[in-house]
Amino acid sequence: MTNSLTKKLVVTILAWTAALVMFFPIFWMLVASFKTEIDAVATPPVVVFAPTLDNYAAVHERANYIRAATNSVVISVGATLVALILAIPAAYAMAFFPTKRTRSTLLWMLSTKMLPPVGVLVPMVILFRELDLVDTQIGLILVYALMNLPIVVWLLYTFFREVPVEILEACRIDGAGFRQELRHVLMPLALPGVASTSLLSVILCWNEAFWSLNLTTSDAAPLTAFIASFSAPEGLFWAKLSAASTMAIAPILVFGWLSQRQLVRGLTFGAVK
Amino acid sequence: MASEKPKENPVNPDNPAILSTLLLKSPAIGALLLWMIVPLAMTLWFSFQRYNLLNPDVSGFAGLDNYTSLVTDPSLWTAMWNTLVLVGSVLAITVVFGTLLAVLFDQDFFGRGVARLLIIAPFFVMPTVSALIWKNMLLHPVNGLVAFLMRSVGLPAIDWFGVWPMTAVVVIVSWQWLPFALLILLTAVQSLDQEQKEAAHLDGAGPLRMFFFITLPHLRRSITVVLMIETIFFLSVFAEIFVTTSGGPGLATTNLAYLIYVRSLLEYDVGSASAGGVIAIVLANIVAIFLVRTIATSLEA
Repeated sequence: MTNSLTKKLVVTILAWTAALVMFFPIFWMLVASFKTEIDAVATPPVVVFAPTLDNYAAVHERANYIRAATNSVVISVGATLVALILAIPAAYAMAFFPTKRTRSTLLWMLSTKMLPPVGVLVPMVILFRELDLVDTQIGLILVYALMNLPIVVWLLYTFFREVPVEILEACRIDGAGFRQELRHVLMPLALPGVASTSLLSVILCWNEAFWSLNLTTSDAAPLTAFIASFSAPEGLFWAKLSAASTMAIAPILVFGWLSQRQLVRGLTFGAVK
Repeated sequence: MASEKPKENPVNPDNPAILSTLLLKSPAIGALLLWMIVPLAMTLWFSFQRYNLLNPDVSGFAGLDNYTSLVTDPSLWTAMWNTLVLVGSVLAITVVFGTLLAVLFDQDFFGRGVARLLIIAPFFVMPTVSALIWKNMLLHPVNGLVAFLMRSVGLPAIDWFGVWPMTAVVVIVSWQWLPFALLILLTAVQSLDQEQKEAAHLDGAGPLRMFFFITLPHLRRSITVVLMIETIFFLSVFAEIFVTTSGGPGLATTNLAYLIYVRSLLEYDVGSASAGGVIAIVLANIVAIFLVRTIATSLEA
């Protein structure tokens, strides 16, 4: 008994040390966001200080922060909706009416996810210029929706597969049409799956930083690009930057904690169970 | 249609509903097809063209000129080497520590749920924020916490991004991706058969033998998956470099992705950048073929 308790204590110490070391940079940023600018850059670091909310107020007053935050919300939610609209019918068809080609279709979809974005940077920039999509919300919404479409289809497919076929058959025997079937039977059953798929899609869009840096400048720049614009005047706005960063990552951190399992499923395409 | 053929089995491939399901699938398939084919074809096309936005008079078919000039350009090889170092180092760090931490977090201990939330948090921090936390607050040579700690034990502070720039980038990317490896390997460890573990335990296997003869073989497949997925993502590491070092000093942290960015968006050399893009796609595809094969076998199961 004491032996297993000792083991448990040792594991507790080791695991918590690892967890605290990994979390420390985020914690340190959080602390800095409540310091004054002078305290934030002080060496030795100021540990005891009177916390202030000034940085949060200052960031909120800056119009470009509000704009970036709005862009992040509009683009992430918009792209997720577009992806869902395209993916739900496809995943439904593949899950309930599988054909010989369903498997290879799914694999092909996943393989598009493996194209490195940088490989198509040049054509994307040129296409965006030609189509007047540079620095627009709709441009990033389209790119993000397509970028996440394979993962969304894949996740929805696995969730739909968990719905017992008998229930759908029964409702078809009762004479329900496709729309009724989808709306009144399938969606309620698959709703938790659809919700967590959406959550993962929002997370991936929110944190995307390759296309946002290369395809936006100011009007449609989401938070990833907005924060990057702080890289030049270093040392001047650490506390405010920390406040802005904290607000930028807080909602996604919560979403991420809620969707751990879907993350494993979605990002490994079911290869790890 | 459903009311006409009420007893049709929905998984029967002869189902007349197949036609309408094709209709359901086609928007997603069509969109992905466009998304894949159009930019890919353009990249290939441009890579054989003389095309510089700064010099619009020069145009036309370039043959393999873009490729030969890129291959004979030492900066390509520096970038390839940097990509290799970056991908290799981060893979090694995340998989080794990810495996050890997965085994550790599989044990029962006090506050496991909270500790787990804390340790996976870095994965959900946007790349530009994590890059700036490390650049400004931790690794800054004057005001950074690491510099303070080193000075307080009598060591000279190091300008990480000036002297050890690749190390600094590796640290940032590893910090972000270690939680990913941990999360996936932890899922895999937890799927290990409890009875098998107990049987090995009864046979007198110590923790080390358990790890090497039971856990590690069980994890082999998951580790392979982590390696492949991470490789594909790491080939395109961009934001972390863009925010911290801008590829420098010199070319010290310019990877393939950053080189292509410089060629296309800073030097407007579309032809050369596209040739670089084709190289990046080929590299990723070598990994992707194996990854798709692994996923395919798990689809059958």
